Amino acid sequence: MRKYTPKDNVQGKAYHTDRFWVAPSVPRTDASEDAHFAALLEKIKESIAVKDAYIQIGQMVVHINPEDNIAALRLVKEACDYAMCTEISAVDYLAQEGEFEVFYQMLNLKKAKRIRIVTRLKEGQAIESVVPLFNSANFAEREMYDMFGIVANNHPFMKRILMPDDWEGHPLLKTYPLQGDEAASWYEVDKIFGKEYREIIGAENRDPSKIDRYDTKRFSRVGYEVPFDADISEGEKETPIEYSETLLVNYNKSSKQLDERR
Amino acid sequence: MAQHQVNYASAAGLPVALTSVDKLINWGRSNSLWPMTYGLACCAIEMMATGASRYDFDRMGTIFRASPRQSDVMILAGTLSKKHAEFTRRLYDQMMEPKWVISMGSCANTGGMFNTYSIVQGVDRIVPVDIYLPGCAPRPETLQYALMMLQKKIRRESADMNKNTKSNLRML
Repeated sequence: MRKYTPKDNVQGKAYHTDRFWVAPSVPRTDASEDAHFAALLEKIKESIAVKDAYIQIGQMVVHINPEDNIAALRLVKEACDYAMCTEISAVDYLAQEGEFEVFYQMLNLKKAKRIRIVTRLKEGQAIESVVPLFNSANFAEREMYDMFGIVANNHPFMKRILMPDDWEGHPLLKTYPLQGDEAASWYEVDKIFGKEYREIIGAENRDPSKIDRYDTKRFSRVGYEVPFDADISEGEKETPIEYSETLLVNYNKSSKQLDERR
Repeated sequence: MAQHQVNYASAAGLPVALTSVDKLINWGRSNSLWPMTYGLACCAIEMMATGASRYDFDRMGTIFRASPRQSDVMILAGTLSKKHAEFTRRLYDQMMEPKWVISMGSCANTGGMFNTYSIVQGVDRIVPVDIYLPGCAPRPETLQYALMMLQKKIRRESADMNKNTKSNLRML
């Protein structure tokens, strides 16, 4: 038997771990294997502290300190022909390493080469905006703020871009539930009708195959037609059928219990 | 003169048809349903195809309008995000009575495959829906059929909207 592991904070760790499983990783090669990247790295190292550098899938990845991001991007833009910043975003490693990874994906149009400049941020730490260097950073940094809550200092318009302004939480964090938290699940009801209408409208139905056999407003039986909105329960208690539960076999139940259910 | 022929001379030269006010009003309402152009996602493409010449909504008296003030039907075609729900409700409120709603496609009906934080799980949470139209996306024939069902429904209703059970829900 596998030993018991506590089930709290399950998003921080894997529920099931195979002891022979090795995490797949993209192979890294040294930056010196490519002449262009080796020269570029030397140039970056002259003025900026590089924590780590390697080549992955034909792209050089350079890890720097977060306070050097403007200087590093200016250097590769103005001195090394990396004129285009194609993507800025972040990765949530808070559970594993307690940090965000912010990356800047750069493209050299003359040599058709790409590099990625990567920094690490603590939770709540801000980063300097690179909008003065790249206009494409404007929307990208707003999205980074919207999805992760990472603020870019001196950004011209630091505001949510995808979610509504009064949204609570940052949806791309690993701790954010996929089907939304309390505020998210009532957002449209609170906004349109007000909080007092929550009871009238009811909670969201997250089970699309849910059937209420006595609801003659929304469901009808083939071959057993009844008037619209008629009460056919005959005093029986409401027993909603939820397919997502009945179709799943519960192995914790004994076969006797399963027979009783049939 | 044969028995079945109308004697125009006896009615001041005018043909006479007898009907009830309900039927007359509902005939007018059901045969000139003007939907508001409300495409939200890929269902909008099917809705546009239904409006175009091959399926030809116009022959049913259905002409898409670009303004809520001029339309009676709101065809919610596609995924409704929670950010947009507020504006959908506002447009619905701007429509003149009597008004009806067709929820087109799985996303509008139940949220569909978007079982996520940002999508409204069924537009009936914010507007009262008359016809739920299944499919992902429903074909133009299906939308035509939904509109015909809505016409049937309107003809069955009382012309006085306050007498219909639906309008009690509408107050929500």
